[in-house]
Amino acid sequence: MSHSVHSHPQLDVQVERKFIPKQKDLGADVTWAKINKDVLRSLEKPRPVFWVIFFSALALFSFGVYCEVYQYQNGMGVADLNNPQVWGLYIATFIFWIGMGHSGTLLSALLHIIHADWRKPIYRYSEAMTTFTLLTAALFVLVHMGRLWQFYYVVAYPNERWTWPNFTSPLVWDATAIGTYLTSSLLFLYMGMIPDLAICRDNARGARRALYRFLSMGWQGTDRQWANFKVAYMTMACFLMPLAVSVHSIVSTDFAVSQNPGWHVTSFPPYFVLGALYSGCSGIITLFIVLRYVFRFEAYMTQPILNKLIKMTFAIAMVWTYLDLIEYATTWYGSDEVAKADLIYRATGDYALQFWGMIFCAMVMPFTLLIRFVRHNYVVLLIISLILNVGMWLERFQIITPTFAKSHYPWTWTAGWWPSWVQWGIVAGSFGWFTMLFMLYCKIFPSVSMYEVKEMVHEQNMEEKALAAQTDVHEAGLVPEMKGGQA
Amino acid sequence: MSLSNLIQNWNSFRTRRPYEGQYDDAPYKWAMVIDLDACIGCNACTVACYAENNLPVVGKERFGKGQAMHWIRIERYWGEGDAMTSEFPDHGAQYLPMLCQQCEAAPCEPVCPVGATHHSPDGLNTQVYNRCVGSRYCSANCPYKVRYFNWWNYPDRAWPNPLELQLNPDVTVRSKGVMEKCTFCMQRLRAGMDKAKTEGRILADGEVLTACAQACPTSAITFGNLADKKSKVARMWKNQQVDLAKDSQEKSEEGIRGYRILEELNTYPSIVYLERVRNLEA
Repeated sequence: MSHSVHSHPQLDVQVERKFIPKQKDLGADVTWAKINKDVLRSLEKPRPVFWVIFFSALALFSFGVYCEVYQYQNGMGVADLNNPQVWGLYIATFIFWIGMGHSGTLLSALLHIIHADWRKPIYRYSEAMTTFTLLTAALFVLVHMGRLWQFYYVVAYPNERWTWPNFTSPLVWDATAIGTYLTSSLLFLYMGMIPDLAICRDNARGARRALYRFLSMGWQGTDRQWANFKVAYMTMACFLMPLAVSVHSIVSTDFAVSQNPGWHVTSFPPYFVLGALYSGCSGIITLFIVLRYVFRFEAYMTQPILNKLIKMTFAIAMVWTYLDLIEYATTWYGSDEVAKADLIYRATGDYALQFWGMIFCAMVMPFTLLIRFVRHNYVVLLIISLILNVGMWLERFQIITPTFAKSHYPWTWTAGWWPSWVQWGIVAGSFGWFTMLFMLYCKIFPSVSMYEVKEMVHEQNMEEKALAAQTDVHEAGLVPEMKGGQA
Repeated sequence: MSLSNLIQNWNSFRTRRPYEGQYDDAPYKWAMVIDLDACIGCNACTVACYAENNLPVVGKERFGKGQAMHWIRIERYWGEGDAMTSEFPDHGAQYLPMLCQQCEAAPCEPVCPVGATHHSPDGLNTQVYNRCVGSRYCSANCPYKVRYFNWWNYPDRAWPNPLELQLNPDVTVRSKGVMEKCTFCMQRLRAGMDKAKTEGRILADGEVLTACAQACPTSAITFGNLADKKSKVARMWKNQQVDLAKDSQEKSEEGIRGYRILEELNTYPSIVYLERVRNLEA
């Protein structure tokens, strides 16, 4: 294209023209009216498969409740936990769920702060995912307690018993951090929804209208309201991002503070945070594909956005892999013989299958995201994203179980411990509980942010106009067509 | 409100324990010496403990699942790894009675979310059942794995009528969902200390024994007050050159047998074990 520069020496600062124009995040046919129509339709009539998912989730959840009631009545013994294996699947799944929540905050808060606009159509459901995964994680704290009817002993508040929790215990930090994170992400989710709830209010009838009227708190969309809203939303985002990092760091101290081999690792906090973002990102990919199909969001959850999401997931997966490998390296070259023996036991002992399964699912499988076919075939991508999360769950399993099976004291070494059906039932029930809540949410509340997608459309239109204005200056034919939807 | 408690107790939380001379002015510091050379593995201590502390007998199946509730257990070892040079009966088993080590810097204490396990002024690692919520973090962090969790509701089934009549009235029967562990027979100690206090004196050496020490036929277990320099246990600690506040013990000569288990983890246990002496060539 250099000849065009020569022929127009007065316009030689044309950078854009040298590149292949990028595909727009949204198609050109997306208008403001269409956005309203599509998102409001998602509240009314999803595809029938919605009900299949919802009722399967409800059934799973009911089974989980049955298992929990059984455990509550008979004691923790029904879970087949024993003296060295005191935590089992409950804490492993707890870390898994709390980790899932972190990427929602990454998308909604961090990408908001740095103005990565591609997040706009997909951040709302990610933030909802955060809220519901945190609820699920909190459930596991309760499920694993021996006397869950006295859970409030762990919460720090001035009380009639005149006692405080033990502030040196990471579990108290946990309870506090999860409580704070849950409250703030719920607020953040709700606050971001207010303009959209007003749209729903204006279009709904009956009980729904009353609900949206109550929740939209008199939103009129005045300039003053928007100005306050933007400031408040940005403030929450700035508060939430460091909070999210601290929460999973604190969860990692549950292990790093302990002396057990395989846990007493300095690099645990960043390792856990990255693992959390990793599993969360693949969770977002899973839900991306599911929501896109179930609620007919094809116009908003587009391939360019998915590509960006996958790029981010891949980058995070690589950092996590790196942190995992340096954890093994520091143990291997370190002076702690017991930790080293524990590492060898993990890779070769009773739980070697889980260990290598984790390595395969979470370290090798992300490389398939580099294949174009995988990124564009949603069925394959759905399966891959689930495999990544299986890998991350296995990672949590193999942090906990092998360490208990072979810790400092040889007499307590046990081989082949395996959780009972009650534990599996409660773990399965937690997936049902999450899916059920999430699906209900998407049915009742707008899971695509209407006002922010409108902003996107507006910005895209402005860009196009600016480009068109530029194009007019050139001769026709030398500048590629930049109208939206050309790709 | 109890905020003042929190501020007052904050510094005591942050004090590094143990420190040199910690118990110099204290009337009591309970400690133990277990002579492995004298232990014959007869399990009398375990039985005595079951009787004294209302421990439930869990049955064969649950024992096999690792849900036993033995506060003191006799561990059996057949040699050092693969280094076993001879077979039974030339080479018998080694026994090691393992109970809560009442660590001075106990790993279980800082991690309990509700402070159900804490250190008493007489150097005991205590467990408050009413306060326990059953997070099992203490057990996860205990390197000796001597904390036992009530996986089942034992009061329902462990002592069918009329067996509940043989329960020790001085000891709580624990419900499901709480952690429990060796208390150094806290109920005996408290009764003895209260009696001595009324009489304006300090407990004499041997006046109060734990059930295991009392039942041991070979006197392998010596229990006493380490703060009392003239007590048998204090003299044994001194002779074995074990210092409560040190994490590695320097011996002045070969053949001194006293050691503490997993001392390298800086737990500062209150139990000294005396190595077994054995003539392998014979």
